Amino acid sequence: MSRRYMVVWFRHLVADWFIRQQPHLQDVPFVFVKADHGRMVISAASVPALQHDIRVNMVLADARAICPALEVFDEIPSVAEIVLRKLCEWCIQFTPIAAIDLPGGLVLDITGCAHLWGGEEQYFRKIRQRLSQLGYQVRCAIADTIGAAWALSRGGLQDTIIPDGKHREAMLSLSPASLRLDLLLLEKMDKLGLYTIQSFIDFPSSILNRRFGELLSYRLAQALGNEEEWIDPIFPVAPYHEYLPSFEPIATKTGIEIALEKLLKEICYRLQKEGKGLRAASLKIFKTDGSKGEIKIATNRPSNNAVHLFKLFELKIEQLDPAPGIEVFLMDVTSVEDTEALQESLFGDLQSLKDSHLAELLDRISGRFGSNKILRFLPAPHHWPERSFATANSLSATTEVSWHFQMRPLRILKTPERIQVTAPIPDYPPMVFRYKEKLHRVRKADGPERIEIEWWLDGGLPRDYYCIEDEEGKRYWLFRTGLYDSEVLPVWFIHGFFA
Amino acid sequence: MLSAKIEIIQRLKREILPLESFKPVKACSKPLLDFPPIERSFPQQVFPEGVVHEFLSASPEDAAATTGFISIILGKLMQEGGVSLWINPGLNVFPPALKAFGLEPSMIVFVDIKKEKERLWVMEEALKCDRLSAVVGEVQHISLTESRKLQLACEKSRVTGMVLRPVFAKLNTIAAVSRWRVSHHVSDPGDDLPGVGFPCWNVALEKVRNGKPGSWLLQWHEQRLNLLKQEEIVFTQPLKKVG
Repeated sequence: MSRRYMVVWFRHLVADWFIRQQPHLQDVPFVFVKADHGRMVISAASVPALQHDIRVNMVLADARAICPALEVFDEIPSVAEIVLRKLCEWCIQFTPIAAIDLPGGLVLDITGCAHLWGGEEQYFRKIRQRLSQLGYQVRCAIADTIGAAWALSRGGLQDTIIPDGKHREAMLSLSPASLRLDLLLLEKMDKLGLYTIQSFIDFPSSILNRRFGELLSYRLAQALGNEEEWIDPIFPVAPYHEYLPSFEPIATKTGIEIALEKLLKEICYRLQKEGKGLRAASLKIFKTDGSKGEIKIATNRPSNNAVHLFKLFELKIEQLDPAPGIEVFLMDVTSVEDTEALQESLFGDLQSLKDSHLAELLDRISGRFGSNKILRFLPAPHHWPERSFATANSLSATTEVSWHFQMRPLRILKTPERIQVTAPIPDYPPMVFRYKEKLHRVRKADGPERIEIEWWLDGGLPRDYYCIEDEEGKRYWLFRTGLYDSEVLPVWFIHGFFA
Repeated sequence: MLSAKIEIIQRLKREILPLESFKPVKACSKPLLDFPPIERSFPQQVFPEGVVHEFLSASPEDAAATTGFISIILGKLMQEGGVSLWINPGLNVFPPALKAFGLEPSMIVFVDIKKEKERLWVMEEALKCDRLSAVVGEVQHISLTESRKLQLACEKSRVTGMVLRPVFAKLNTIAAVSRWRVSHHVSDPGDDLPGVGFPCWNVALEKVRNGKPGSWLLQWHEQRLNLLKQEEIVFTQPLKKVG
C-alpha cells in the first residue's frame, strides 16, 4: 500500500493566532516587527495589512507610510513554533504521526487513517473545516509524497487531493519555488527561463547536478517518490490520568480508600520516575445512576509521596456521596511541578523549613482550612509598624532584610483602638488613660518615638509612640496621631501590649 | 536499714517517672532553660520536653507577659534551628517583637484559625509531627480528654506542646505536666533613671507533676533571665492529680 501524506499550510499563522487571542483585531491591519540591523522589519502581517501591499521583511517605516493606521506589535519570540506545536498536538486526533514543518506548516502521515472518516474527501474536508472554525486560513494538499503535497499546498491555487500515483502530473505546472529550494537557486532558474517544474522534470539528474547542484535533483526525487523522506513526529505529553473501573458498585468508605490507594500508587510511581511532584489533583467518581462527584486536593510543595497524598484525600472522602454505588474512579493530576532533589542545605537555618514531613503537615492543615490560614513572616524594610513585616509566600522564602531591634510590643491590636487620655501638652506621655472602662495611671514612660508614614506608599499623619507602664507594671504601646496643634485636640490610640 | 529503704524508694521513683511521661535525662545533657532556680522545681532538675505545659492569663496584658515567657522557652527549644508552629487566632502576635526574646520570627509558622475545635485538631496533628521543635496553641476551652490526646501525641513525637489559655471564668483541670501563670510586675530601671525598665514578671509555677511548685520574680535583661525574688508556693489543699 502506498503512503499518503497531507500537508497543511497556515497562510497567516501568527496573525490568525493573534486574532484568536484578541478578536477585536479581526479587521485591523496589524503587523509584528523585529529589530534587524538597527531597523524595524515586519515579521508577520495580518490579512488587511497584506491587502495594503504590506509584505513580510518590509521596513516598518515604509509600511507606516503606506498605511498610517497600521497597528504594530513586537514579535513574540518563537511564537510560530509554539503555536504550531499546539496545533500539531491537536492534529493527533486525526493521525498518530504528525510533524511540525517550520515555518507555518504541518505534515501529517495519513496512511491508513482516512477511511475512518469515510474516505479522503471527508477526512480532508473535516480537518479543513475544523481549522477554519478555529480561525486559521489554511491550504492543504494530499499526495503520495511529502514533497508533492508540500508543493501543491504552497504552489497550488486551491486545496487538492491528488489520487494515488498522479502526483507527477499534478506538479508539472507548478513553479520551482514549490520544491523547497533556496533563493539563490530559484533566481538562477528564473534567469534561465525554467518557470515551471515541467520544463526541467525530464532532464537527466546528471545535468541538473552539474548545473544547479545536488539539492534540486534531490528535492525533485523526494517529490516524485524516488527518494525516501522522513518526518520527525511529535509525541504529546500524556496527561497524568488514572482510571479504575470496579467490578461491583462501591458504596463504602473502605472501598473508596482502596481505590484511592491503587490510583495514587500508579500516579506516584510515574511521577517519581519522571522526577515530578503533584501540586493539585482531583478524584472524580462516576456512579451507577449516572451522577458524578469530585474531591480536590492541593499541596504546598510538589509531592509524589502516595501515603501523604492519600492522607490529603482521606480528609475529604466524607464529602463524597457514594450512593447508589461507584462504578468508575478517575484521578486527574491538574498541576505538576519538578521536585527538587532532596539535598542537604549548606545553610542549616532553612533546612528544617524544607522538611517534607513539615510540608505534609501544612498540606493537611491547608487542605482542611485553606492555605491562607498558614502564615510565615519575614522582615520588611519599613518603619511603619503595620508594614514592618511581610508574609512569606513560600516555606523556603528568605529575605536580605534583617529584623529591627527596637522595643516593640509582643501582642498587637489589628486596628489601633481609640482611648481617652489626660496628657500634658505638647509631647509628654499621658498621665492617665482609660481603656476598656478601666483607668490606668501611668507610672513610667518611654518616648516619644515618632514614626512617619511613608508618603510614597500612603498618605496620613505621623504617629508619636510611647511605651507606658501603669501602676501594676502592665505595659502598653500608645500613640498620638499628628503633630501638636494648639487648636485641635490630639487623638490617642492604643496599639499593643508589651511583655 | 533506712538507707536501703531510701534507695528502694528512689529506684521506684526513677521507674515511675518514665511512666508519667518524663523521659530519663542523660547525664551529659544541658538543662534547657539553663536557669537553675526554675529548673530545680522539676523532677530530674530539667525543664521537661516532649510534654504539654499549660499557661494561664487573665487579661490581654497578662497574655503579653505570658507570650514573652513562652517566647523565651521557645527560643531555647529552637536553638538548633528548629521550626515551631504557633496557633494564633486573629494573628495578634507581633512578629518583629519576638526577636528581642531570643526567637527567630521567620522560623515560626503561624496558623490563624477561628474555631476552637479546629484549633485543637491542628494542635494535635502538629504535635504528631516530630520535625517541629514545639507547638504553641491558644485555646480557651479544652476538655480533659482533649488535653490527654495532646499529651499522648507529645509523648510519642517528643515535641513540646504549650497551651496558652485565656481565663475569664471557671477553670477546668487538663492533663498537662505543669501549669504556669505569668503576670507583670512593676519594673525598676534603677538609679532613679527615667523611663520603663526591663521586662519584669511574676512567674508562678502553680502545679507541676512530681515537682515542687514555686513562684519567681524574673527580669529579662540582655537576652537572659535574672532572678529578683523567689517564693515557694505552699498549697494547703493537696492538688487533684490528673493525667
